[in-house]
Amino acid sequence: MSSLPKSVALAKQVHGPAKVQWSIEAFLARANAFFDLPLGGLSRLLLLVAAFLLIPTYLLPLWNMTMYSNQFPDGLDLHIYTYTLEGGHPPGRDDLREINTLNHYIGMRPLLESDFSEFAWIPLVVGVFFILTLRTVVIGKMSNLVDTAVLFLYFGMFSFWSFYSRLYQYGHNLDPMAAVKVPAFMPPMLGSKQLANFTVYSYPGTASYFMIAFFLLLVVSLLMSRRQVQGL
Amino acid sequence: MNRKFEAKWVLLICGLFLVSLTLLSDGCKKKAGVTRGEAAEAALATYVAPGDMDEYYLFYSGGQSGNVYVAGVPSMRHIATIPVFTPYPGTGYGFDKETKEMLGGFSWGDAHHPAISETNGDYDGRWLFINDNANNRVARIDLRDFKTRQILGPLPNVSGNHGSTFLTPNSEYLLAASRFSIPLPKGTYAPVEQYATAYHGVVSVVAIDPKTGQMSLGWQILMPPFDFDLGDAGKGASNGWAFWTSYNTERAIGKLEVTSTQKDRDYIAAVNLKTAEQAIQQGKFKMLGGAKVIDPKEVPGVVYLIPCSKSPHGVDVSPDGKYIIGSGKLQSITTAFNMEKILTAIQAKNFTGQEDGIPVLNYDAIKDAEVNVGLGPLHTQFDNQGYAYTSLFVESAIAKWKLGTWEVVDKIPVSYNIGHLAAAEGDTTHPLGKYLVALNKLSHGRHLSVGPSQPESSQLIDITGEKMKLLYDAFTEPEPHYAEMIKADKLKPIEVYTQADNKHPQAIWDEKDAKAERSGNHVTVKMIAVRSHFEPWKVEVNQGDTVTIHLTNIEQTTDELHGFGLNEYNINVVVDPGETKTIEFVANKAGVFPYYCTNFCSALHQEMQGYLLVKPK
Repeated sequence: MSSLPKSVALAKQVHGPAKVQWSIEAFLARANAFFDLPLGGLSRLLLLVAAFLLIPTYLLPLWNMTMYSNQFPDGLDLHIYTYTLEGGHPPGRDDLREINTLNHYIGMRPLLESDFSEFAWIPLVVGVFFILTLRTVVIGKMSNLVDTAVLFLYFGMFSFWSFYSRLYQYGHNLDPMAAVKVPAFMPPMLGSKQLANFTVYSYPGTASYFMIAFFLLLVVSLLMSRRQVQGL
Repeated sequence: MNRKFEAKWVLLICGLFLVSLTLLSDGCKKKAGVTRGEAAEAALATYVAPGDMDEYYLFYSGGQSGNVYVAGVPSMRHIATIPVFTPYPGTGYGFDKETKEMLGGFSWGDAHHPAISETNGDYDGRWLFINDNANNRVARIDLRDFKTRQILGPLPNVSGNHGSTFLTPNSEYLLAASRFSIPLPKGTYAPVEQYATAYHGVVSVVAIDPKTGQMSLGWQILMPPFDFDLGDAGKGASNGWAFWTSYNTERAIGKLEVTSTQKDRDYIAAVNLKTAEQAIQQGKFKMLGGAKVIDPKEVPGVVYLIPCSKSPHGVDVSPDGKYIIGSGKLQSITTAFNMEKILTAIQAKNFTGQEDGIPVLNYDAIKDAEVNVGLGPLHTQFDNQGYAYTSLFVESAIAKWKLGTWEVVDKIPVSYNIGHLAAAEGDTTHPLGKYLVALNKLSHGRHLSVGPSQPESSQLIDITGEKMKLLYDAFTEPEPHYAEMIKADKLKPIEVYTQADNKHPQAIWDEKDAKAERSGNHVTVKMIAVRSHFEPWKVEVNQGDTVTIHLTNIEQTTDELHGFGLNEYNINVVVDPGETKTIEFVANKAGVFPYYCTNFCSALHQEMQGYLLVKPK
């Protein structure tokens, strides 16, 4: 244990190895000790793996929506990527164009890639997380890992909120001049919903699962390094 | 009689009555059972469940309608009409600038013999060629989008292009020939009494570009004034040869039904394509009516005449190319000529005469068999088990016979008076067997009555077993002649034109680009059609202006077609998803003219309309 940082050694001296008593000083000392923890070899390896799990998120859809009706028994597909929107392209069809054509009857704004600033900043942010994770592997301190994990949690939650508000706006800001007047609605974010003659399914795509796996690896890595020191 | 005795008799009679009743009803049941079973089998064999698809495409000519029809086999359902030689408002064919120019001012044609393009003698499913017997044209349909893409003709010197469009095994050439000889070149006058000497027929090939399918005038051979009827290109053993039957080798005029049926034999013309090609390369031709024409008197070896039984109609080459089957429609035999023997006879100069310098081959030296098929044989198709099927017009039946043994093994009556017949890929080097369609000329009220103008009848026949089995009756618009049946998976048609497919220079894809521009008295409009509006929705012009509308359907979904019908201007154009068509007319009528979507598109289809405003002078 000679390689442990001073704060950790100090915390051990103050409280002894077995008994832990609560006081602000002790808590801060423990927290400092925690943040100063070095990351073990296995933790770092996991982080390295985690970093590379982010790469497929540039290639795979983050979210999938499918709209079924009698006319489209195979469903109109909409795939949301970190950097673009893409419709399905079964033979003889362009689903994004079709979705926009159909939506114009209820006065919904067309889904245009240029309307989404997300497609510019999300890939950038994912790249930042890739670098932050590699940085954590190299520096190997718990504080870096916590920074990365907390920021990623925030990024995830913000993205969800942004997705939610986008869906809300598309379903609520309907052109009052539309041919077919429908009450404002919330398109499904997770699960299915009946909208006029369409049943809409909305589920996370493969890239989302990679992002969740990335985050879980961060957490596992954190827990593993935490266990290195008994009583912390 | 006592009472007991009387009761006995009554019981006996009642008993007999009951027994006979039981027997009778049993008999009825059995008979009905058999019929129902056969019907059920046929019904199952032709049933294509909702949502399922047919196994084969059947392309059949529409005769004087000028169209080609598409049906599925085994359901026999008519799926589509491909307009070729005739305007067809249903798809706007012949109303837009491009197709109007392609029709060349003709408003009908007589479509007879479709031919699917071939590679190594088998269908490759790229194009379908079809002839026009009336105006001497040939057309190419692209099977990528089922649209007529080229019409070539009227071909010079060819008069009554009936013996067409039979293809060589790699679609290098399609055949064309004169059914009605005339003085040549076209435009020459000679009294019909000089028919035998001053009138001529031609047999001819049209060259096909192997990459694009583009047809161009090939070369022709000047022939005696026979009536060239049907043709086929050689393959395998007969590769490099082309054959045409001819009637009226009497060179007669007047009532041909009498005057042209006096000789016992007429001819099949056999053309050596290679020799003809060489002659053309060596400059041994003269220009006649703008075509390179070989005179067989000056180029020996280019054409021979095969005597064939009286007034022959079809000439069909067997899958291996060994046998040339010629059918004399006024006799009861079909003759199988052996290609090897033909070549030997040519080499040995085994001739029995000549016609205008063209040698006539010795019939007995070149025939392998006279097959006793039945009355009025016309055309022959083949299956994958070595059998040939010959249609019998007079007998109203099909004869099945074996190549090589020449034995007739089965016969099936058809309703009524069969012309051509089409087996699955039955004129290729690898026929598929399974189905045969009888293209009958008369239906004689086998359908719900539709008055005196009756449809033709096409019957589907199962040829998998020893005995042919009739499966289904279908009724078709006038008037199928020949048909070809191709395995459905050989075709891969597109269903929308993508932006990249659309090569029209005036196509637009953004409504912002939709506009009208004036240059002098010419107004050019770039217009978009999309569910459910036109952009622009009004077009203002002055009376007498020439108006050009480039209409793009920007939909990318299958079957989202839009129409553009302009009231009282006799215009209807239909644009497919992703397609651009050009509409051109002179706004000579002043006033306000609505235009509207003619092809039902959406819930607000009725609202898809606009106005052409023509300011009076």
